[in-house]
Amino acid sequence: MTVRTSPTPISFFAPSADNWKLAIFVGVIATLLATLALPAAAAFWVVGVAAALIAAAFVVNAYRRRYYGGLLVAPAIAVLFVMNIFPLLWSLGLSFFAYQSNQQSIRFVGLQNYVKVLTNDLAAEANWYALINTAMFVVFTVSAQMIVGFLLAMLFAKQFPLRRYLLILVLTPMMLSVVASGVFFTYYYDPTFGILSYVMNNLTGQQFILMDNKVGAVAGIVFADAWMWSPFVMLLVLAGLVSVPKYLYEAAAIDRVSAWRQFWTITFPYIRGLLMLALLFRTIEAFKLADLVILLTKGGNDTMTISYHLIRIANEQNKTSEGAAISYVMLFMVIVLTNLYLYLANRRSQGT
Amino acid sequence: MSNLSDLLEKLGLARKGGVDNAGWGRTLVVAIVSFIYFLPVLMIIFTAFKPQDAALSVPPTLSPTSLFGLIPDQYVFTPTLENFGSVFSRVMTAGGQPEPTGFDRFFFNSIVISSVSVLLALVIGTLASYGFSRYPLKGNDTYLFIILTTRMLPAIVVIIPVILMFRVVGLSGSYLGIIMLYTAFNLAFTIWMMKSFFDELSTDVEDAARIDGSSETKVFFKICLPQVVAGLAATFVFGLILTWNEFLFALLLTGVDTRTVPVAMNQAVSSGGRGTDWTLLASIETLFLIPVFLVTFFLQGHLLRGVTFGTVKR
Repeated sequence: MTVRTSPTPISFFAPSADNWKLAIFVGVIATLLATLALPAAAAFWVVGVAAALIAAAFVVNAYRRRYYGGLLVAPAIAVLFVMNIFPLLWSLGLSFFAYQSNQQSIRFVGLQNYVKVLTNDLAAEANWYALINTAMFVVFTVSAQMIVGFLLAMLFAKQFPLRRYLLILVLTPMMLSVVASGVFFTYYYDPTFGILSYVMNNLTGQQFILMDNKVGAVAGIVFADAWMWSPFVMLLVLAGLVSVPKYLYEAAAIDRVSAWRQFWTITFPYIRGLLMLALLFRTIEAFKLADLVILLTKGGNDTMTISYHLIRIANEQNKTSEGAAISYVMLFMVIVLTNLYLYLANRRSQGT
Repeated sequence: MSNLSDLLEKLGLARKGGVDNAGWGRTLVVAIVSFIYFLPVLMIIFTAFKPQDAALSVPPTLSPTSLFGLIPDQYVFTPTLENFGSVFSRVMTAGGQPEPTGFDRFFFNSIVISSVSVLLALVIGTLASYGFSRYPLKGNDTYLFIILTTRMLPAIVVIIPVILMFRVVGLSGSYLGIIMLYTAFNLAFTIWMMKSFFDELSTDVEDAARIDGSSETKVFFKICLPQVVAGLAATFVFGLILTWNEFLFALLLTGVDTRTVPVAMNQAVSSGGRGTDWTLLASIETLFLIPVFLVTFFLQGHLLRGVTFGTVKR
């Protein structure tokens, strides 16, 4: 059995399968030649082959030197690079050009797109309105989901007959396609046929139209979103609740600790991490809220969100590079918020 | 404070004992709450069984039976199975013959695309998370953070260049393109979730096996993997629910042949200029709900246990 503890360094020009330095050199040259000489579609594949060559060299190198960590992680990094990181870099590049996806011309404009989306009166105003609405939706939907999800989890925390069957009923809203549930909420909210208006008309004797004003429209969207995604919060909290060791409650019962205090000192520490996790995930999702708005109000009654605004600009109006610039302003905000959240979460857990 | 704690205890929101059987009293309370929570879904399912004219009646029809006279006749409709047939074949132009709608193809697409991409992400992600957990790289945390960040990004940030990239390469409207994209999007979640499962495992057994001469491959397949079956099930269900219903990417990146049900559903109900076809939408959604409902139901036990193992340190 031969175990290589200190492999000999490879000469740069050796045509060996694990010579990753040579592979990078060949790859870069091929990429440059292909992008200069070939049409875009062909060049893309040449670049792809070059990247595969470099990746293969790394893999062989890692295998010969027994870097199992690198080997195991490599496929995931490759997929994420091609489908996430590379497009991100591409769109970052695009945001510095004037480019529309329905036109051929492309022109370098530097920071102009950013200046436009941040300071141009009309464009910037629309962006800020959408952003403020998004912040409002984040606050309302996430707090509603946290509260409802938490209460539902409390209900399901004990063992009782038929629990399994009742739990799946509560989980079903999460499984619905947002298209169907969104469209069906317009049916429930409909002033003529909808069940909500039918009940309200009979109660008040007046014609009731929910989506008539901003308050009603926002309430309608928030209700639909909270209904769909509270089960997600419930599932995470429930996982925390069922993991609390039984003996802690028994000890507390012997010491005659009040139920209220039991909750804060025993139960809450077990679910805090999961609550924070649910909060993080739901906040990120709420930031992307677009589909329900499209289906319920089409952005009317001042319910435009930044994500829907972006879809309109980039996809319907074909202002690709302007959309990319807005994306990056938004991305910057999400990263700042996430780091703020992680900082607070870390400080919290260190404090106790 | 003692009044409040008594109240909490009576409501079953706090407890003096451990996790014990709360009995049929709790079942009754939870059944009422669950039923109310489930009502909007129930209305969709009922609408799938309504005759066309009952769908938009005023007052709204609520139930297929009068429940022995409990519900007044004006709220009762006669159930029909016709709508489910019209999902797959119906009259498209006035006075014409029923034509196939292609929904069998769209259901097939949805099943293939979501199951392949979720399974692919599960395989690649499990390998990666095992690597991150057992053989930490230089800068392990940085890699993990970047992977988590791809999950944190709004989808719309990535979609524009992906559309451009797919157009250039010709992947637009192909199975390969959408499957790869979904795989990447499930990957971050899978790695994050599975890593916490592997971190929970004790390494003693693995080390013992290594001393006895087991290869690294054998340690992974024979010792580690069987211990995280619950985690695999949980990750699969979460990934499946998200991918199954994904709309935006599917709308922008699938072609006529690779269209998934959410996109086709949206087009089917809003085309024709007669407003939304409620019974059609409801019957598509009811059929579309069945597979993911069954998978979740059968993996439910794992789901709960899996999440517990994965995220709570003991």
